[in-house]
Amino acid sequence: MPYLGGEDAVRELRRALSNPNVQSDPLRYRNTILKVIRSMSQGVDVSGLFTEMVKACATVDIVQKKLVYVFLCSYAALNPELSLLVINTLRKDCQDPNPMVRSLALRNMTNLRLPSLLEYVEQPMTTGLRDRAACVRRVAVLGWAKLYNLQPNSEIDASVVNELYSLLRDPDPVVMVNCLRALEEILKEEGGVAINKPITHHLLNRLKECDVWGQCDILRVLQRYKPQSDDELFDILSLLDASLVSPHPPVMAATLSLFLHLCPDLPAVSQAALERVRGPLLAACGSASREMRFTALCHIQLLLRSLPGLMGAHYKRFFCGYAEPAFIKQRKMQVLVELVNDENVVMLLDELKGYCTDVNTDTAQAAISAIGRIGRSYSDRCLEILTGLLGLKQDHITSAVVQTMRDLVWVCPQCSNTVCASLEGCEETLQDSQGRQALLWLLGVYGERVSSAPYTLEVFIDGMRSEASLGVKMELLTTAMRLFLCRPAETQDMLGRLLHYCIEEETDMCVRDQALLYYRLLHCGIEETRKVLHGPRSDPSLGVLIGRPAEPISQWASSFNTLEPLSQVAVETESASRGSPEHVTSDLSDTLSGCRVDDVRSDRDGRCADSSADVPPPLSLSPSPALSPEEFERLWLQRQALHAERGAQKTGEEDFVRLEERVRCPAVPHCSPQSIQAAMQLLNIQTLAFTPPHTLPWRVYLYTHTQHTHSDNTPRRTLILGELLYIGEDREVEVEEGREEATGDGVSRRDLVRKHEEEEVKVTLQQQPRDDEALRGFLSILTSVLHTLTSESE
Amino acid sequence: MMISQVFILSSKGDHLIYKDFRGEAGRDAVNIFYEKVTALTGDQPPVVMNHKDLHFIHVRQGGLYWVATTTADSSPFTVIEFLNRLTALVKDYCGSLSEKSVQMNFALIYELLDEVVDYGYIQTTSSDVLKNFIQTEAVSSRPFSLFDLSNVALFGAETQQSKVAPSSAATRPIQSSREQGGKSEIFVDVIERMSVVIGSNGVVMKADIEGEIKVKCYMPSCSEMRIGLNEEFSIGKSQLRGYGSSVRVDECSFHQAVRLDEFDSNRILRLCPSQGEQIVMQYQLSDNLPSAPPFRLFPTIERDSGGRLLMYLKVRCDLPPKSTAINVCASVPVPKGSVSLSQELSSPDQSAELKQQSRAVEWKIPRFTGGTQLSALFKLEVPGLSSASMLEVGPVGLSFELPKLTATGLQIRFLRLSPVQPGPSQRWVRYVTHSDSYIIRV
Repeated sequence: MPYLGGEDAVRELRRALSNPNVQSDPLRYRNTILKVIRSMSQGVDVSGLFTEMVKACATVDIVQKKLVYVFLCSYAALNPELSLLVINTLRKDCQDPNPMVRSLALRNMTNLRLPSLLEYVEQPMTTGLRDRAACVRRVAVLGWAKLYNLQPNSEIDASVVNELYSLLRDPDPVVMVNCLRALEEILKEEGGVAINKPITHHLLNRLKECDVWGQCDILRVLQRYKPQSDDELFDILSLLDASLVSPHPPVMAATLSLFLHLCPDLPAVSQAALERVRGPLLAACGSASREMRFTALCHIQLLLRSLPGLMGAHYKRFFCGYAEPAFIKQRKMQVLVELVNDENVVMLLDELKGYCTDVNTDTAQAAISAIGRIGRSYSDRCLEILTGLLGLKQDHITSAVVQTMRDLVWVCPQCSNTVCASLEGCEETLQDSQGRQALLWLLGVYGERVSSAPYTLEVFIDGMRSEASLGVKMELLTTAMRLFLCRPAETQDMLGRLLHYCIEEETDMCVRDQALLYYRLLHCGIEETRKVLHGPRSDPSLGVLIGRPAEPISQWASSFNTLEPLSQVAVETESASRGSPEHVTSDLSDTLSGCRVDDVRSDRDGRCADSSADVPPPLSLSPSPALSPEEFERLWLQRQALHAERGAQKTGEEDFVRLEERVRCPAVPHCSPQSIQAAMQLLNIQTLAFTPPHTLPWRVYLYTHTQHTHSDNTPRRTLILGELLYIGEDREVEVEEGREEATGDGVSRRDLVRKHEEEEVKVTLQQQPRDDEALRGFLSILTSVLHTLTSESE
Repeated sequence: MMISQVFILSSKGDHLIYKDFRGEAGRDAVNIFYEKVTALTGDQPPVVMNHKDLHFIHVRQGGLYWVATTTADSSPFTVIEFLNRLTALVKDYCGSLSEKSVQMNFALIYELLDEVVDYGYIQTTSSDVLKNFIQTEAVSSRPFSLFDLSNVALFGAETQQSKVAPSSAATRPIQSSREQGGKSEIFVDVIERMSVVIGSNGVVMKADIEGEIKVKCYMPSCSEMRIGLNEEFSIGKSQLRGYGSSVRVDECSFHQAVRLDEFDSNRILRLCPSQGEQIVMQYQLSDNLPSAPPFRLFPTIERDSGGRLLMYLKVRCDLPPKSTAINVCASVPVPKGSVSLSQELSSPDQSAELKQQSRAVEWKIPRFTGGTQLSALFKLEVPGLSSASMLEVGPVGLSFELPKLTATGLQIRFLRLSPVQPGPSQRWVRYVTHSDSYIIRV
C-alpha cells in the first residue's frame, strides 16, 4: 500500500544511504537498505535510489548483497546505463572462492534482464557451466535459458546446446532437471528437447534421485516420448508404478498424465491406472489444505466421466464437512450425484437433505438441485424431500425447490401429479425472479391440474405494474395465454387486462411486442393459438436415460493435470439462473451427445450413408464454450467478407471453409422457434436468432463446436456457424446467380431450381478450422434434425 | 511448469511480498488479483482465476493470500503443493505464519524465494539444502517467554503433567537454534483428524481418520532417528499382527526419506530428519474405528406453549475416564429468524451464544472429561415458529481437541537418535486428535 509522502520517504532514505557514517557502520547500512526494500515491496517507487544502491552492492556482507540484488533486479530495466556499473562487481563476484557468492552473482547477472549487458554476461556463464560447485552449475544452466529468452531471435549457439545436453548426465539431479528445463525453452521452436530412447531411459533411471518438483518436470517432458515397442512401453509403465501411488499429489498426477499419454490405444491399461490412483486421489481429497482438496475433487470429476463406478464404494468420502467452504461443498455434491446407486441412495439423500437448510444459501440451493438430479432416477424419494422443504416457507429454499421441480418435470413427466399438488401456496414465499418464473412456467403447462392456478395468476397480473423482472413479465404473458387455452372462463378477464396493460402502458418493447403477438394470435382463432402455444410439456427422450454413458478417456486426458478442470464452471450448478426448460442450454444434452448423435446417424439420408462406408470416427458436438450473439455476428460477417473477396474459387488450404447446401424440409419454417430450438439443443446445436415463423425470408442462425478423433488419434475441435434461410415464394431473390454461372445451364435449369427452392431450406455453414469430415458429419446431423422436424409437423 | 510471479497479500490487500521471476506480467497483476478475489460471489471457486493469459493460483493460510501466477498451463497439483510448501517453509523460518511475521521477515522471505525458485522453476524446498544458503536471521514476532505457556494452543498445554512440551516451543524459527546455544529439541507429533457422521438414530454412518506423524527437528546435527510404532500396527484389512487388539489403518504412505527396512519386522521407521517440519508418515482409516466415537448427543427439541423453541441437549463423552476433551464447541443450527436465546448450563465455565451470522447456537465447553455427561437447555424466541421450522434445527457440528489421544490407537513406542547426541537434547512425543468435521444429525 503506497503511503502518502512517498517522496519524502525516498529523500530521507537517500540521505541515509549516502551518509558516510551510515556506510561505515555495517548494521546501520544494512538496516537502511532493508527499509528501501520494505518500501519497494509495499509499492512505493524507490527507483530513484538506484545510484546509491549500486554503491551499496560492493560489500562483503552477503545479506546486504542479496538485498541490494533484489532491488537492482526490480529496477534495472529503468536504468540500463547505471546497471553497467553493477556488472563489474558481479563479474568480480563470479571469481569469488565462496560458491554461494558465485551462484548469487551469476543468478542476478541474468536476472537483470538487460539485453545490453549480454556481452559481459556470456563469458562468466560459460565458465559457470563447468564450475565445480553444483549450486553454481544449476544457476548457470538456467541462466542460458534466460539469456536466450532475452534475445529470442538470435542464433542458438550450438556449442552451448551441446554442453547442456551433456550436462543432462551431471551427477547433481537439480542440474540435470534444470538442463531439461533450459533446453525446453531454448529449443522451443524445434519442439523442445529431443526425447529419444537413451535420454528417456537415463531420465527414468534417475527419477528417484530428484525431488518432487524435478520428478514432475521430467514426467511432463516424457509425455512426448513414443516407445518403440510394447515391451519397452510396459517396462516404462512398471518402472513408474511406484510413482503412480506416490503420496505427493503432484507426482501422482504427473505420472497418471504420462500413463494416459503413453498408452492411448490401451484402454485397459489406462483404466487400471485410474484405479491405481484412486487411493492417492482420495487421500488428496482429505488433505488438510482445502485448495488441494478442491483440486483433487475437480480431477475426480474428470475420472468419473469415463469410469462412473470408480468411486462408488467410497461415496462417504464426499460427504461435506461442516466447516468446509461453499465451493468445496458444491463440488462434493456434484460428485455425490454421480455416485448414487440403489444401495446408497437412502444414505445419500439423507445426507443431502441435511445440506438443504445450510446457512449458506448457495450451498442450500446446490443441495436442492442435486436432489433434483437424483430425482431423475429416484423420483419418489426425492419428491418427498422436496415437498417437505416447501413447508419451511423460506424464500431461497422455495425458489430452488420450484426451479428443481420444473427441471424434474421436464425430464420425468410422471412426477407432475406430486409437483402440481405441492405448488399451492408457494407464491407467497417466492421472492426472486427465477423462482417465480419457474412457478409461472409450471402453472402454464399444468394449469388444468392446479386448481388455484387462476387465483395465483391474478395476483401476479395485479402486481404487473410493479414487476421489475423482464423474465417474469414474459413468462407471465405466456402462462396467461396457456392458462386461457385450458381454463378460458376463469382467465379471460384477467388475460384481457394483462394484454391491455402490456400493449398500452408497458415501456419495455420486448414485453409489448410479445403481448401484441399474442393479441394478434388470438385474432387468428383459438385453434391457431393452441397450435403455437402448445409446446411439449416434457422431453420424454431424456427420461429414459439414467446416468450418463461413459466417455472415452481420450476426451479429457489432455486436460488432466492442467488448470482447465479447476476453472471450468460446472454445468450442473447453472440451473438456478435460467428460464424455462424449452429455452435452456440444458446440461442434459451434454450428457446425451454420445448416444443421441449415434441414433441420428443411423437414420440419415442416403448421401451420407455412402460416405459412412469408411466408418467415420464418432463426432461429438458441444455448445460450449458459448458464443455470444455479437461474437457470432462478427465472425459471420468477417467470414462472409473473406468469402466474397476470394470469389467462387475454392482453395483447399484455407483454415476455414464455407459450404452451401439445400435441404428439403418444407414444414420447418413453420415450426415454432421453441421446438426447433429444443430439437437442436438435444443435439448440442445452439440456436442464436430466429425470424418468427411464417415470415419471409425466414432465417435461423446457429452454431456448435465439433470434436472428433481423427485416424491419427489427435482430437480436433472446430467451430461451425450456420444459417438456415428459406426464401419461400418470393422468387425474385437473386441468390442463385452465382450458382447458375457455375452450372452454366440455361433458363430451363433456372426454372427447375426455382421449383425446388420453394420447398428447400438453404443451409450455409462456415467452419473453422477446416475439417471436411466433421463438417460432413455435422451436415448430416442437421439434415436429419430438419427432416425429423418436418415429419413431426406433418 | 513455470511460475511467473509469487506474491503475498494480507487479507486487506496490502502488498507484503512481490517477486517477479520471469518478467512476463506486470506488477499490476497484484491489484488485478485482489480485485478479482474480492469480487467473487459465494459459489465461485476461488482457487484458480484468469486474467487474459495470466492464471492466478492461490492458497489462503495464516490469513494471507499466497499467490502464484503462471502463463503456461501448469499442473494445479504442483503449484498448490508448492504454495503450501512455501507457507510451511516461511513458518519454519519465521516461527509463525501471520501478517506480522511476514512483514517483519520480508528480507528473509525474499532470500528464501530467491533460493527456492529460479526463473520460475522450483529448485528445492528442502530445509536441509536451504539452511546452507539462508543468511538472514529471523525476527521472532514474540520473543520466547514464559508468558507463552499460558497459551492454550494446538496441544492444550494448560494442566498437563510434567512431560508436556510448552505449546510455543514448536513455533519458533528453526534458525534460532544456532543462537540459542545449541538447545536441541525434536518433536514427534501424531496428529489425527476425525470426520464422523452420526445419524439421528445414533448409528455411526461414517467415520474417517486422516492421520500423520510430523517431525519437527531443531537439532543442528542429527544423523539418524528411529521411530518405533506399535508392534501390532497393521495396514489393510487382510493383514493382522499380534494377538491383542490390532492397530489398523487402511492406507499408509511415507516420506521419501524414510527407510523401511525394519518396518515389516519391527515397525520401525528410520530417517534422517531435516531441520524444520516434515510429515514422515500419512495414513487413513475409514469406518471400523477401534473405539466408539468420542461424543454422543441426545437431543429433545420441542415447541413450548408460549411458541418458543426448546432444545434440551445431552452430550455424553465416551472417552476413557482418564482422558479429557478440550475446547469442545457444539454448533446447533436454529431456525431462521431466531431472535434471542436463554440458556441453562450445568457449569459456569461453559457458555452459549446465538450467532446470528451463522444462524446457530454455539455451546462452548472448555473441558469435558471422559465418561461424563453434560446437558444444557436452550430456549429460543422465534417469531412465527411453525412445526416445519423444526426441520431447520440440526445437524449439530462438534469441534474439539483430544490431547494425548489417537483415535486409531497408534502409539510411538520409542524414539532413538543416533549417534547419541552430545549435550542435553530433548525429545518430545505428542498426540492429538482434532475434529475435522464431527456431525450429529438430530
